[in-house]
Amino acid sequence: MNMPLLVDGSLVVLILAVAIWTIAVRDSFAAVVGYAIYGLMLALAWVRLAAIDAALTEAAIGGGLTGVLLIRAAVRLRPTESVVAVETPGRFVKALAAVLAGTVSAALAVVVLSLPVPAPTLAPEVAGHIASTGLGNAVTAVLLAFRATDTLLEAVVLVFALIAVWSLAPDRLWGGRPGPRYHLEANGMLAYLARLLPPLGIIVAIYVFWVGADLPGGKFQAGTLLAAMWLLAIMAGLTDAPPVSRGWLRVALVTGSAVFLAIGFAGVPLAGAFLAYPAGYAKPLILVIEAASMLSIAVTLALLVLGPPERSAQQ
Amino acid sequence: MSLLLDLWTIVAVSAGVFFFLAGTVGLLRFPDTLTRLHALTKADNLGLGLVVLGLLPRVSSPLAGLKLVCVWLLVMLAGAIGSQLIARVARRSGPPA
Repeated sequence: MNMPLLVDGSLVVLILAVAIWTIAVRDSFAAVVGYAIYGLMLALAWVRLAAIDAALTEAAIGGGLTGVLLIRAAVRLRPTESVVAVETPGRFVKALAAVLAGTVSAALAVVVLSLPVPAPTLAPEVAGHIASTGLGNAVTAVLLAFRATDTLLEAVVLVFALIAVWSLAPDRLWGGRPGPRYHLEANGMLAYLARLLPPLGIIVAIYVFWVGADLPGGKFQAGTLLAAMWLLAIMAGLTDAPPVSRGWLRVALVTGSAVFLAIGFAGVPLAGAFLAYPAGYAKPLILVIEAASMLSIAVTLALLVLGPPERSAQQ
Repeated sequence: MSLLLDLWTIVAVSAGVFFFLAGTVGLLRFPDTLTRLHALTKADNLGLGLVVLGLLPRVSSPLAGLKLVCVWLLVMLAGAIGSQLIARVARRSGPPA
């Protein structure tokens, strides 16, 4: 058996084992931890498939951000866990769910295995036209030039998700601050980390954003890093979460989508189509969109983690 | 010269893997949270450090080497602070179990 096959084989076994453990484990907190590990393992699998962009996003969103979201949900649901255990469906329903999930998995496997070889691909088209965008990273070219509409809708969906979270706020707290007030422990380890890490994290985020034009990276991964740095400072108590009624906050949330739309509509008279870039200006325009989106993504993701308003703005 | 460098990589990475193995055994075998954390951070500090040292002669540019060293330092920082925070929660929540 050769070495790469051994590594890939072990990785597949590990991913399956973690997935099964995540489903089988009783405690929801343990299941969330298993899910975060599962995300990191998947990121490794993407690296092995040479899809570094997907790996970075999976590690940042699948392992990191979703993990934090689910941990907060699990902690919040902990008091209700014993009640839920009583209402757990019986053996028959469980078996039915297992059959359903198994059938879907088997169907997906059959579909993937029955794809023609070589699989239909648009990669040569992308490689042929990438020079017109001035970008070096094919993934960024697809996301922001060839399939820019999808990316625009993604950015809008993210803001909608945040609106859905905010709509859970009780009326009297509307416009207040999300999440609990974290108390600063001036000499604590967390405060130390929150002072030490953000300068480094911000530099790395800007690097990931900038390098995304030519190498794996981009606004989503960079935005997640920025959100993490902001959350670190909030959770260490160095700063407080802003009230959701703040004007600058609302502006920051929609800047990405607004800039994207404005440049998209400007393309109609200037380049002949929605989201078409005038020849020669593709790269600078894409960088403007990416920069604005990075800011909005960072603010949106951080606020998604913080949750609905829980305190009045004065507290 | 290249044989010496190869030998250095093999020895250092193997030693690093040994520390990871020892840390994992400690994590599984030690009796309470604090000693388990102790075992785990050894793997981060020494194991990863040795792996990075072993890989340094193979990097394509000094910048790539610097990135490797940064990864090691960041993992050490995260490991040290994470284990401190976990240890504090463990101590607050009663006698070590």
